[in-house]
Amino acid sequence: MLLTVDHVTRYRYDRPVRGLVQSHRLTPASNDGQKVLEWNVTVSDGIPGGTFRDGAGDCLKGWTVPGPVSEVSVTVTGRVETRDMAGVLRGHREWTPPDCYLQDTLPTRVDAALVEIAETVRGFADALDAAHRLSALVGQAIAYTPGATQSQTTASEAMTQKQGVCQDHAHALLAAARHAGLPGRYVSGYLLADAEGAAHDAAHAWAEIWVQGLGWVGFDAANACCPDDRYIRLGSGLDAQDAAPIRGTTRGPGVEHLDVVVAVQAVQQ
Amino acid sequence: MTTYFNEMFDAGKVRAPYARLEDWTKAMPAELREMKQAEAEALFRRIGITFAVYGEGGDPDRLIPFDMFPRVFTALEWARLERGIKQRAKALNAFLVDVYGRGEIVRAGRIPGRLVYQNAAFEKAVVGFIPPKGVYSHIVGIDLVRTGPDDFFVLEDNCRTPSGVSYMLENREIMMRMFPDLFRENRIEPVDSYPEKLRRTLASVAPAKCHHEPTVVILTPGHFNSAYYEHSFLADLMGVELVEGQDLFVEGEFVWMRTTEGPKRVDVIYRRIDDAYIDPLCFRPDSMLGIPGLMDVYRSGGVSICSAPGAGVADDKAVYTYVPDMIRFYLGEEPILKNVPTWQCAKGDDCKYVLEHLGELVVKEVHGSGGYGMLVGPKSTKEQIEAFRARVVADPSNYIAQPTLALSTTPTFVDEGIAPRHVDLRPYCLVGERVELVPGGLTRVALKEGSLVVNSSQGGGVKDTWVLAE
Repeated sequence: MLLTVDHVTRYRYDRPVRGLVQSHRLTPASNDGQKVLEWNVTVSDGIPGGTFRDGAGDCLKGWTVPGPVSEVSVTVTGRVETRDMAGVLRGHREWTPPDCYLQDTLPTRVDAALVEIAETVRGFADALDAAHRLSALVGQAIAYTPGATQSQTTASEAMTQKQGVCQDHAHALLAAARHAGLPGRYVSGYLLADAEGAAHDAAHAWAEIWVQGLGWVGFDAANACCPDDRYIRLGSGLDAQDAAPIRGTTRGPGVEHLDVVVAVQAVQQ
Repeated sequence: MTTYFNEMFDAGKVRAPYARLEDWTKAMPAELREMKQAEAEALFRRIGITFAVYGEGGDPDRLIPFDMFPRVFTALEWARLERGIKQRAKALNAFLVDVYGRGEIVRAGRIPGRLVYQNAAFEKAVVGFIPPKGVYSHIVGIDLVRTGPDDFFVLEDNCRTPSGVSYMLENREIMMRMFPDLFRENRIEPVDSYPEKLRRTLASVAPAKCHHEPTVVILTPGHFNSAYYEHSFLADLMGVELVEGQDLFVEGEFVWMRTTEGPKRVDVIYRRIDDAYIDPLCFRPDSMLGIPGLMDVYRSGGVSICSAPGAGVADDKAVYTYVPDMIRFYLGEEPILKNVPTWQCAKGDDCKYVLEHLGELVVKEVHGSGGYGMLVGPKSTKEQIEAFRARVVADPSNYIAQPTLALSTTPTFVDEGIAPRHVDLRPYCLVGERVELVPGGLTRVALKEGSLVVNSSQGGGVKDTWVLAE
């Protein structure tokens, strides 16, 4: 499928800040499931920093915006040709050993409910079956409810209130998978909304679980599926913050207002 | 009854390196000694060197006692130590390049992957990045103890930011000021080239994008840090700027320092701040000490950071056990310096042995430091041993055990005159384009009679350390 992405993040400050520094994981890397045909990231008045690929194969780039400045936009436009790989990440150049993704972080810590889910796959001979099972159970445990959680919500909190969004599903799945001994990582990216116009954000997140013999396999517990040709993979990390497409900070105080517009569309070929 | 190797007296005879010191002490009446001791203390107070050695805790403003009786090595003894220390520093760096690269040592089954990749000090963010000259740990502090004329053991490696080198320099400075005659009578190798060697080492690892004489800075967490004195002392001696996070900023592909003449590009940062705090955009987002965006500049070759982020995985107490294997694996050599045999209570058999021999062993917390949270079996009461047993049983993986080493003693000035006290040694190996170390190091001494704990937080002091010229 040929997908186009238009993604604008606008930061406004109630009074000018002395500058902005950002670290972007905002350019997809090509792999067997996605071929990046065209990709542009611009930052208004921004000075580009160094570009590099990290050990996980993600494309990173630093940006600085000198101040004083009261409004900054980060604009992403691109075209990607995707293929349905049934969730399997193949042809992705990376060096990070999967065992690094067994470490838990604050938002991906298990609680009793997640331990219970993890225990259901004890003794499973096939990691792939285990991963499918965990993903299904997490999807059932947390109902997709926009607005029920915030960016700081932990897996355990989402489990308690039984509601959340894709970030919460991914965190919960990672917590359970790691507890079951399966390396897991958080993936941020884009998703083409389905034909019925389901409310899922086009800026999406899911989990990848390491399956010996197969490699990294994506699981989207929120949508009860594995990523296919509707998905564009941007980058990964131990949790949402570690995998964030944009991490940034301002110089000097200022109250930030954030406005994000994302559109992912299929191009008729 | 354990016998301890006395570095000055062997079977009643004075060992050669200490020969002249015997005359020196004989010629020094008690009153003179007391006067000199007071003078030394006043000098230390005046220069303001009152900080705790890294990770030791305790009161940072307390003066660490200085013992005037020097500790002496012959040229021959030092030559062997030097080879052993350099060998270890090279292997530790080779290990770091490997585990952040292809991980050959793990693939070869020589060290468990779990110990490396699930280690809290392993930084996923630098996987695949090779720092300039392939060096992660530019200053390796190796803690050594001696148990016999030719027996040295490594207690631990410090690959991040080992402190205490300012003591090495100040101890020498003060001894030379107070006892100039001693330095005429003995041919003692100088240590004062350390700051210049350190500066050269740091400059030699300038980043790929630096095409000029590199600008080096020392990054300190600030004056409230217990080692702040050392940071400013080294900056002064090297002739480089001492900066805090707020003095530096990222713009474009580089890191800049605010100066009165406008921004100046910085090429090499000798940081005395932990990984977790150096860049809120990569590590802890709440850090106020670091420089936002630094890691992006670093990983794209715009600046060098010393020690390199991630170096800590090599000096972990569990990884320590494997350093001899690293030396064989990377250098194809036999280790010159021995490791202390270590039992890991995480392993069932080891734990059983440890619990059965608590009275003979030293038991430590895996991540403990400063002589806290440890049991010295032979020096403990039955109640202390039993209380510690309960802690090990409750959380075995948190403990390792080692045999009680018969640490050597050197003569030390005490209230009653001169008496043997136990010592250790921390030399500082510099790794850049070259691997080098100045002849000497920091000798710590357990001032309490019979004590084997040299940490300043537990009543330890420091001594000048001499290496005699051939």
